[in-house]
Amino acid sequence: MAENVTPRVRVPRSAAAGETITIKTLISHPMESGQRKDSDGNPIPRSIINRFTCEFNGETVIDVQLEPAISTNPYFEFESLVPEAGTFVFTWYDDDGSVYTESKDIAIA
Amino acid sequence: MKKALLKSAICAAALGGFAHAAAADESASLVINGELEIVTEAPAPAHLDGALRTVYSGWVFRSDETQVMQMDDFDNPGMIFVESGMADWNTAEGTEGKSCADCHGDAEESMREVRAVYPKWNDEAEEVRTLQMQINACRTEQMGAEALKTDAGSMLNMEAYISSVGRGTIVNVAVDGPAQAAWEQGRDLYYTRTGQLDLSCANCHEQNYGNMIRADHLSQGQINGFPTYRLKNAKLNGVQGRFKGCVRDTMAETYSPGSPEFVALELYVASRGNGLSVEGPSVRN
Repeated sequence: MAENVTPRVRVPRSAAAGETITIKTLISHPMESGQRKDSDGNPIPRSIINRFTCEFNGETVIDVQLEPAISTNPYFEFESLVPEAGTFVFTWYDDDGSVYTESKDIAIA
Repeated sequence: MKKALLKSAICAAALGGFAHAAAADESASLVINGELEIVTEAPAPAHLDGALRTVYSGWVFRSDETQVMQMDDFDNPGMIFVESGMADWNTAEGTEGKSCADCHGDAEESMREVRAVYPKWNDEAEEVRTLQMQINACRTEQMGAEALKTDAGSMLNMEAYISSVGRGTIVNVAVDGPAQAAWEQGRDLYYTRTGQLDLSCANCHEQNYGNMIRADHLSQGQINGFPTYRLKNAKLNGVQGRFKGCVRDTMAETYSPGSPEFVALELYVASRGNGLSVEGPSVRN
């Protein structure tokens, strides 16, 4: 079970209709690859975030499958078109079954 | 540095604007979050007369991509550790049931000027204390909590938090008065060659900064940006752990982090950066 997992998201508060905005996300997570051994030689079980999605008003913006080679505290920066005011919902899926979500509203300026 | 600057000037002329694709941009200025201006270049303090004219933050020597990471707290991976330190600041620990906040209140006010003046002489204990030693003194004497190991993860988180609220203040470590003996010991260590490679700190960081040592771009070895998030190990690194790495690379037996020798060296190296801004947690490679 991963500890101290905290999602962070940065989305502009407002945008012009039809504007493309930049979104940054970061989640603190150890991303244990499953390839390492502890000091007694036993394998350390894999424990990573395996999927990340972003939706805007129910429509998928990105849907990412993460693999063990991805570093600790995975950071994503991507762009999204904003056709109307609404809500971005971000979801991270953990190997241990935990699901972390975060949402941000955006207004049309 | 002059040589390096001249080289980039020639490159700029030849390539017309694409000069710093690989080399660091030594004339860039560091502004964090678009508002906090950081001094990365300053006239050298008086005690460096004859050795250096100008002191440069290590930030100046890093590649563009690494430099940019430090310009926004969201992009600075060191800030994750600062958040842990902030949580620890408000958490009661030890037999007295007190947290840092119970005595010191809001760190953004009470700790603002702290990082810039450490290491510093402590009258009661009659010793030079690094910030980490002072944190431990608080823990053992005021909180009844166990001392943390030098450069331990939670210790670096706390140091990073205290540094982060002091970013932008100017390093001003006292080199005279009761701290002078330790300062002189640190200076002697700085100029003493060690190891099979027979190198002193000064050989690389005073005489050859700006040059390449194989694939690495040598900085002045300033410690105003510590604790430092290093991309190579994806975590915060303490000053004395970094000293150990440097001495080891000269193929010498090293002092231990927390030893009186490294405390003296930390005091001396910090004083070489008098005039630069506190930058920690900085991002380096």
